[in-house]
Amino acid sequence: MATRVPGPLTGTAAPAVAAVEGLTRRFGERTVLDRLDLEITRGEFIALLGRSGSGKSTLLRALAGLDDEAEGGLSVTGSVAVAFQEPRLVPWKRVHANVTLGLAVPDAKDRADAALAEVGLTERAGAWPLTLSGGEAQRASLARALVRDPDLLLLDEPFSALDALTRITIHQLVLHLWSVHRPAVLLVTHDVDEALLLADRVLVLDRGCIAHESAVPAPRPRHRDHPDLVSLRTTLLAALGVSPEGTT
Amino acid sequence: MSVLELDTPARTEPHPGPRIRRRRLPGRAWQRWISPLVLVLAWQVASTTGLLPVRLLAAPSTIAATAVDLVQAGTLPTAIAVSLQRVLIGFAAGAIAGVGLALAAGLSRRGENAIDPIMQMLRALPFFGLIPLFILWFGIGEAPKVLLVALAVSFPLYLNTFAGIRGVDGKLAEVARTVGLGRTQLIRHIVLPGALPQTLVGLRQSLGVAWLALIVAEQVNANAGLGYMINDAREFLRTDVIVVGLLVYSALGLLTDALVRLLERRALTWRREFLAR
Repeated sequence: MATRVPGPLTGTAAPAVAAVEGLTRRFGERTVLDRLDLEITRGEFIALLGRSGSGKSTLLRALAGLDDEAEGGLSVTGSVAVAFQEPRLVPWKRVHANVTLGLAVPDAKDRADAALAEVGLTERAGAWPLTLSGGEAQRASLARALVRDPDLLLLDEPFSALDALTRITIHQLVLHLWSVHRPAVLLVTHDVDEALLLADRVLVLDRGCIAHESAVPAPRPRHRDHPDLVSLRTTLLAALGVSPEGTT
Repeated sequence: MSVLELDTPARTEPHPGPRIRRRRLPGRAWQRWISPLVLVLAWQVASTTGLLPVRLLAAPSTIAATAVDLVQAGTLPTAIAVSLQRVLIGFAAGAIAGVGLALAAGLSRRGENAIDPIMQMLRALPFFGLIPLFILWFGIGEAPKVLLVALAVSFPLYLNTFAGIRGVDGKLAEVARTVGLGRTQLIRHIVLPGALPQTLVGLRQSLGVAWLALIVAEQVNANAGLGYMINDAREFLRTDVIVVGLLVYSALGLLTDALVRLLERRALTWRREFLAR
């Protein structure tokens, strides 16, 4: 079973927030993760790309501590927070209570207020989750993750259900929050452009292993037509097995 | 609003919201009173002309007068008090048993294995058929009546609460895990509130059955209460008293149903605001 080591980090130049070594996960006959290795450095923004069924979400769930049956080495140092694809707000708790859910600190209320202010939801703090729009619900979900001040923030395709305009706003919000709080981020996505826009490092998962890895050195804010990104996009699409015809 | 609602609560989902949309235009509301009034009028005419003999059914006017007499004589209030007490005690006992067993079965696999098979088997028993046994076991006093109500109440509450607990979204349980909630907190914050809507469906069903069980129990043998009043009236061919008793039964049924609706509206605010949008 995977082990988790709590406590502060000390020392080295690039301390790892999470280290995965030879992680294997089988569902019956099917091997979804096959001796996967990955190290997540403090403060870095990683995007994990892959076709559906490539094991992206399985890896994320293992890192989130939601998978008791993954075999191999998995150590997470520090706190982890997750934002899921569906916001997964508890419908019978008002937005504010959703943010403070499980938050056992004396100033939980103030911290939740601050987190809601950061995601621009102060006015909806007293609202019932079912009355929120998709974008608002995803903001609340981000606030719930952020309020825990995580060392590792896991994002499981949190933008995929949003409309295009809301997605742009939330992308900017995530980048802003990341630049302020500096958690390490692992973003699972199937959107190459999204990965290139946000991440420092893009990984492509295929057949249970990291099949490709690219650093994205372009400075932020990025534009999708930046020449470095254009060539990287072609590379990544090829790694995903998509022929880049029609792209320029 | 109408006596028909007595039949519906068992089947309806607890959606207090759509009531807002169902509200009719105030100008048209009186039209719904025409046909019942015509019916009562026709009944009165049939009684007065002798078309409808009193030994089959008393006239509406007689029934109204009898109701006033029964209230003034204290017969009706006493009967209501006795019946209400039976329902309340039986309901409380049945609710505690039903919800308690559902919690034990719903919250652990071992509890489910121990309790659920028995409940599923007992559920198949026609509980009105148990009356002869109940009389043998508990005599003809209050105990068999209260127990019959309790038994009738416990099953809808058990089944719905159990289903409610098991129907709680597993994704929310995962959220609870990622934010570090322990088992007790998971039950308190996620499982129980999540099961509440279905439990309230069970509550409405069980209250409907509670009155039904009481009526049946009181028919069999009673020396006080509404059922006794009705049976006694039958001996003397007092159809007016019988009808008064029936009307009181249905009024009490409607009243308890309204109480549950009120409870639903307060407990499920998070849902109502969503539905009302």
